[in-house]
Amino acid sequence: MHSGNTALAEQFDDLEQQHEASSLGMWVFLATEVMFFGGLFTAYVIFRNLYLPAFEAGSRLLDVRIGAFNTAVLLCSSLTMALAVRAAQLGKKGALITFLLLTLLLGLTFVGVKLALEWRHDYIEGLVPGVNWTFDGPDSRHLELFFCFYFFMTGVHALHMVIGVGVLTALIIMAWRGKFSPQRYNTVEMSGLYWHFVDIVWIFLFPLLYLIGGRY
Amino acid sequence: MGTAAVETGIESRVHYLNASYGIKSWLLTTDHKRIALLYLVSITFFFFVGGSAAVLMRLNLIEPQGALLEPATYNKLFSMHGIIMVFLFMIPSIPAVLGNFLVPMMIGARDLAFPRLNLLSWYVFMVGGCFTLYAVIAGGVDTGWTFYTPLSTTYSNTNVISAALGVFIAGFSSILTGLNFIVTIHKMRAPGLTWFRLPLFIWAIYSTSVIQILGTPVLAISIVLVALERLIHVGVFDPAVGGDPILFQHLFWFYSHPAVYIMILPSMGVISELVTAFSKKRIFGYKFIAFSSVAIAAISFLVWGHHMFVSGQSVYAGIVFSALSFAVAIPSAIKVFNWTATLYKGSVSYQAPMLYAIGFIGLFTMGGLTGLFLATLAVDVHVHATYFVVAHFHYIMVGGAVMGYLGGIHYWWPKITGRLYPDGWARLAAAIIFVGFNLTFFPQYMLGYLGMPRRYAIYAPEFQVLNVMSSAGASVLGVGYLIPLVYLVWSMRYGPVAGPNPWGAKGLEWQTPSPPPTENFEETPIVTEEAYAYGTEETQVA
Amino acid sequence: MWQGFPIRPEQASTIARGVDHLYYFLTAVDLFFTAVIFLTVFYFALRYRRRSEKEKATQVEGSLPLEVLWTFIPLVFVVVIFLWGTNLYIRNSRPPEASMEIFVIGKQWMWKLQHPEGPMEINELHVPVGRPIKLTMTSEDVIHNFYVPAFRVQKDVVPGMYTSIWFQATVTGRYHFFCNQYCGTNHSLMGGYVTVMKPGDYEQWLSGGIRGESMVSAGAKLYEQLACITCHGTGKGPPFVDLFGKPVKLSDGTTVIADEAYIRESVLYPSAKIVAGYQPLMPTYKGQVSEEQLLQLIAYIKSLSSVEGKVAK
Repeated sequence: MHSGNTALAEQFDDLEQQHEASSLGMWVFLATEVMFFGGLFTAYVIFRNLYLPAFEAGSRLLDVRIGAFNTAVLLCSSLTMALAVRAAQLGKKGALITFLLLTLLLGLTFVGVKLALEWRHDYIEGLVPGVNWTFDGPDSRHLELFFCFYFFMTGVHALHMVIGVGVLTALIIMAWRGKFSPQRYNTVEMSGLYWHFVDIVWIFLFPLLYLIGGRY
Repeated sequence: MGTAAVETGIESRVHYLNASYGIKSWLLTTDHKRIALLYLVSITFFFFVGGSAAVLMRLNLIEPQGALLEPATYNKLFSMHGIIMVFLFMIPSIPAVLGNFLVPMMIGARDLAFPRLNLLSWYVFMVGGCFTLYAVIAGGVDTGWTFYTPLSTTYSNTNVISAALGVFIAGFSSILTGLNFIVTIHKMRAPGLTWFRLPLFIWAIYSTSVIQILGTPVLAISIVLVALERLIHVGVFDPAVGGDPILFQHLFWFYSHPAVYIMILPSMGVISELVTAFSKKRIFGYKFIAFSSVAIAAISFLVWGHHMFVSGQSVYAGIVFSALSFAVAIPSAIKVFNWTATLYKGSVSYQAPMLYAIGFIGLFTMGGLTGLFLATLAVDVHVHATYFVVAHFHYIMVGGAVMGYLGGIHYWWPKITGRLYPDGWARLAAAIIFVGFNLTFFPQYMLGYLGMPRRYAIYAPEFQVLNVMSSAGASVLGVGYLIPLVYLVWSMRYGPVAGPNPWGAKGLEWQTPSPPPTENFEETPIVTEEAYAYGTEETQVA
Repeated sequence: MWQGFPIRPEQASTIARGVDHLYYFLTAVDLFFTAVIFLTVFYFALRYRRRSEKEKATQVEGSLPLEVLWTFIPLVFVVVIFLWGTNLYIRNSRPPEASMEIFVIGKQWMWKLQHPEGPMEINELHVPVGRPIKLTMTSEDVIHNFYVPAFRVQKDVVPGMYTSIWFQATVTGRYHFFCNQYCGTNHSLMGGYVTVMKPGDYEQWLSGGIRGESMVSAGAKLYEQLACITCHGTGKGPPFVDLFGKPVKLSDGTTVIADEAYIRESVLYPSAKIVAGYQPLMPTYKGQVSEEQLLQLIAYIKSLSSVEGKVAK
């Protein structure tokens, strides 16, 4: 049955089974997230197809530079996350905490830039459907639909980032308390998977929302 | 196999029910068996709420002009009946109650892979249920459980958003449960328990879980978009503001068709268990039944358009969806034949679970075949959205899934509670349910072909005779459902104590005491036999 | 069929009998297989009932030949039914040439049925027997559905688009029609009767009673009142003569057929499709024309086309 190993949960026979279970669990969860975002992307693509001029116009109203900056931020954060997992694998506590902190900061940067720069700007410009929509030009209805999708998709993505930030905070605390070792770092690896997934969603979002404006 | 210790003295032994006392030990439990009971209480409650709506509906339908209710109230009742029965009863029922209780036991594990996630599942379910109940209390919702747009987004004046939120939240419970089962079945099987030695109930739960995790997120998106559109009037689905109402139907049915297989597959798994146990036979065609569960899960994602044959979708799309819908019928037929063949040269006994199983086989066959009518394009153009459809899906969901659920409840009741219920009453209830069910729903096939639309509070007088028959049947059915409530609760206190294996059945769950200890097994069993290995040795009734 | 206990509605259209025959076949298949299974189960349950607790069952290995057989036989049935049903469906969904066209507008909770010659009916539809009738339908609000059980035909009536069905009544009489897509509070009250009349009686009905003007002349009036003529009659916008039913080349290179949906979209959302060689100058008329008026404009534009029958498929 059980050894005195406190990291081994009651229902598992050994650590290997526990690790495999949590890995599979995370992959299955990511599969559900693919379906969730996939449904959204499908709806977006259908409407883009129907109302291309309005969607291109909406895309041009987004700031590509901020979007690109945020993309770079996220890509770096995936790098630091991967390095954090590596550090955990090697038992390097200092490096682990450092890289987790960097990832956390980059993640916060992303969310901060999005909220304080992009969304605030959109609010001031009257481009937030349902909250402050004052756009009066041609095709206003379809442009509003674009922004509805923009805020919904980036909002859901940002929500996942915020959850990721919370997970990272918990990881940092656990790392500080010495909970991880080369034998016991599965939690870091699984969190890394989640973080990479959220990054990949953004890699799809960025071109779909920002880059289709017919300017390239 | 592990030792089959015969235990007596239920009160003197520690098991999962008496291992700890107090409300906290139940509300904060991570024991899959206790969580199963939490779900049992919840879904039974929702079943009777949804059932009460049905009673009122059928009473109203005794008269063409409506015997009881204003149309506005009737519309709310059928909507609530659908929402509660589908999302708060049918979808969770077997997976969350029987699945939660049995999956770890059937594979020789101590618990599911993620016990705390399991408890979270139940809480999420309850929150979703509360939102839905709030929608009822606050005046109801009248969009139908299908929330078609733009009625739900723009024109309905009822509590659409809270009902939609309730469904959205309950969906996460379904996803988390499915995730838990998939990981558990993959990673926590006892030594020697290969995939093809698993009980077919596990195959059924596994296939169901795959549908749950892949389909439910799409429903979540559809529902959120409806709520969003209703709140800020942006045109996703309302054509008046540039949206597409048919897009909603595609998104909605992409989940809701696989959802009906979430509702039937676990029940089919139960039937495989019952038919083997009560004829003391190995299942006929194990791999065929196992693979047909997987096939049904896979094909189920490809047929959603058959709900939309008259929606204005193209003729060619209709043809493709029709062909695929016929394809999904074949695996179900294979199961029915294999269950029937399992009885051949068996030693068949007729306790209540077996009566439910036999009822299932007959009613599922009839109801499933009426699915062919609906898949047939030329006929569907006549019977779409009539009572024919209502009869079809009630035959499957009530005559099929609910009977399978009740059969499972009765079969595993001694294991769950350590008590036996009075089988005479159980058989009587099963018979009443069977008769009442057919009286209620068979006339509805005829009503449908005659042209009576569904969701009608007031109907044309020529349909009255069949409606009265159906309502009469419903009263019988209602009585039938109440009877088990009485004797099952009675048995928990006064029923004879059950041993570990009152049915003499094969399966790891019968190798432990009834009720089982919290950790299920003293030692992890080692499996050396195929599933349903009857005939290899005498299995004592214990 | 039985006296006083019908199992099917009247067969009042050309397709009804065909649908019923397929239905009877399906019923026979269903009852047959249900009986086979139920009787076999009962037989086995009785024949092999447990006579003592110690009794042992005879274990039977599976049988691949049986599995193949009972996979193959259902497959054959299913293919036959699919082919029969699809064939019937394709034939039933093509309106014959020279259908008479009637326009239907559904709204919560009534039906407006507009004859091209002028009469507008509420919750009633008079048609001549023996002529193919095409119904072109749209909704003003939510999704409805126009369903005539006696004709074995129905279709959703969707806001923002036109859907259509056709039927040819074969027996005079009065037949129920229903709204068959749940549409809110009075969904179950949203129905009426189709009255099928002998051709002579129909002509009489058409010419009697309060006569509105024909859809074509109402549409012609709108063409001037709404100032369409200022562009479409001067070359600033594409001309309407001989437009309906013909292909139109758009500025993005694609080609569409000028059907009812195209005209409706052009009036309400003119910037959605620009005809090649023209500027996007047209203002929208959304909010200024009702669904009835759109249908009148369409009827007018159809009348300017030389296409025989003028009914777009």
